Parts: sequence; C-alpha cells; structure tokens
Amino acid sequence: MTELATPEVRRGDPRLVALRRIAIVPALNEEECVQRVIDEIRAFDPDLEIVVVDDGSIDRTSAAAAAKGAQVVRLPFNLGIGGAVQTGFRFAFENGFQLAVRVDGDGQHDPAELPKLLEPVLAGEADIVVGSRFAGRGGYRSSRSRRVGITILARVVSLLVRQRVTDPTSGFQALNRHAIALFAADYPHDYPEVEATVMVFKHRLRLKEVPVRMRERAAGRSSIGALTSVYYMIKVLLAIVVAMFRRNAVPLEER
Amino acid sequence: MTPLPIAIAAAVASFALLVIVFELIRSRRLRERYALLWLLTGFVMLALSLWRGGLNTIAGWAGVETYPPAVLFAVAALFVIVVLLHYSTVISKLADQNTILAQRLALLERELEEKEA
Repeated sequence: MTELATPEVRRGDPRLVALRRIAIVPALNEEECVQRVIDEIRAFDPDLEIVVVDDGSIDRTSAAAAAKGAQVVRLPFNLGIGGAVQTGFRFAFENGFQLAVRVDGDGQHDPAELPKLLEPVLAGEADIVVGSRFAGRGGYRSSRSRRVGITILARVVSLLVRQRVTDPTSGFQALNRHAIALFAADYPHDYPEVEATVMVFKHRLRLKEVPVRMRERAAGRSSIGALTSVYYMIKVLLAIVVAMFRRNAVPLEER
Repeated sequence: MTPLPIAIAAAVASFALLVIVFELIRSRRLRERYALLWLLTGFVMLALSLWRGGLNTIAGWAGVETYPPAVLFAVAALFVIVVLLHYSTVISKLADQNTILAQRLALLERELEEKEA
C-alpha cells in the first residue's frame, strides 16, 4: 500500500498571504519553551500574527513571549486549557482574523508541520483541520494508558460524528473564520478538543484530519496524571454524549 | 428485607435525580465537572434501592439487623455530605478568583482614568 504525500502549502503561498492570519499559542509555565515556539512559527511565516495566551503562569512566560514581540494576553488566574484557547479565539474574532492556527506553547506541536494543516483550509475543503498523531504511519510514542484512552475517545467520537477521527484530543489545528466565530462564542472546558469535534459536527462545519508528527514535551510538566486521566475520561465521555442532545450555540455575529 | 414500597420509592427518587441532573447539564445550567458527584450519587442510590438482597448483605456487615433501609439513608446522607464539602471548596476558589478580578478591574479603571486625565 502506498501512502499519498499530504499536500502542503508553500511559504508565501498567495492564498495564505492574502489572509489576515494568527497563531494562537496557549501557554502555562512555559518560559523555557515559548520563545522557541514563536521563532519556529515565524520561520514558517514571518507575517503570521502571534498571540500568546498566558493561562495564569507563575513563571516569566508572559515576559518571555513579549520579549519576542508576540501579542500577550495574560489571564488573571488559571482558566484551564479550554478557557485559555477560547480567549485566543475571541482575540482572533474581535480583531478580524480570517485564519487561525493553534500551536501549544509547550513545543509538542512542530510549526514545520503547519503547511500540512493549512492546505485543506486554504483549498476550501475544510473549516477546521486537525493534526493527528495516529492518522498516518507516524511513530508517536506515548504511555500505554494514554493511548488506550485516546483510542476509546476516538471510537466514541467517530461513532457520534459519523466520520473517522483518529486523534480527538489533538490541539494542533487550523481554522477558518466560521470555526473561529463558533469557538469564540462557545468552547468546552477541560479536554476541549473532544467535545469541540462533536460541536463542529453538530454545526455542520467540515472537519478534516491530516497526519502530523508531534514531539515529546520539551520542557514543563504535563498537566495530566494517571488517576486524573480516568476522571477526565469519564467526564469527557459524559460531555460528548450530552453535547449530542444540546441545542446549538449561536456563533458570534459579524459586526 | 427492605419493604417493597420503600425500595420502589427510593428507586424512583434516584432515577428522578439522574434525569434532572442530565437535563441540567444539557441545558447548560450545570457543568459536567460539578455533575459527576450527583450522577454517582444517583447511580449508587438506584443500585442499592433495586438490589434489595445486596442492601441486606451490606446492612448485615454494618450490624444493622432490624431495618436495612437505614443503610440506604446513611449512604444517601454520606453522599450529600461529600457533595456539600466539594461545593464548599468550589465556592472558596470562586471567592478567591472574584477577589482577584475585582482588584484587577479596580487597578485597570484607575489606569484608564489616569490616561484620560
């Protein structure tokens, strides 16, 4: 079986350059990593606006990001990843950005993979593109329990949204204005990506997964322990099942 | 053995709790995070009220020989205490965050006034 190469956007692609575009970088205690992430994003696209959402860090994350010239939104206390990322979507929406990518501040998302994420959005094939660790051959190493958890979630989500989803917890994403407007209005809380996938389906937006490589965490600590992951698992399963029965939120209106 | 009417009443009440909690989550009046304890309460109470033999056995362990439904009430009371304690911690955290927000807002207002002056 041969695998087709994923189409990629080249640097300076006219479809890309024409758009107001932004990278949303949620960061919690990533003073050692966030500057490298900013540099790497700029290496791909120097004109990509970067907003770092500091989710109540107790180190110098904000100062480190500001020193690199990124826009910094500093939350007064820790909101959790969902609240932090939504802050980024609100920023993107209110400032008229037409294209957003989300790159986590811990360095696990490699900005060199952005071209793969951007192609389906620029081609108008998808409203949201998710980088999947498991869609291709990739050799992503991760703890066994975690992998089992992701597999269970992937199965349940695929069943609910009637589309094969392999990595429903991936936060490495590219979004167009429709998806930005939806998430600016309504975004789930912890482990938000799983429930967001169901929201995308219910709002009839088009989601596409592309295979990407992800890196091991470079610095900082993972926010999830072993017992907590079982708790999150149950909560996320509850959330996605309930989400199927929920009335749709109204995306923010253009003014 | 638990009298049947008590078992039925307890089962209906537990089921009603589950339905209400589900509806509250669905209509976004209750976050999943704060619903899990209630759902656990509902499921445990439902199980104990339907499974009368089991309740008898547990009552035997606890040395309750005359009236097994007492165990049902004890378990319900325990869960309510846990839920209340949990909410106390949640309220404390909210109060702390509220203080921080008020302080940030007041400082920002002052800064704004200074810039306008």
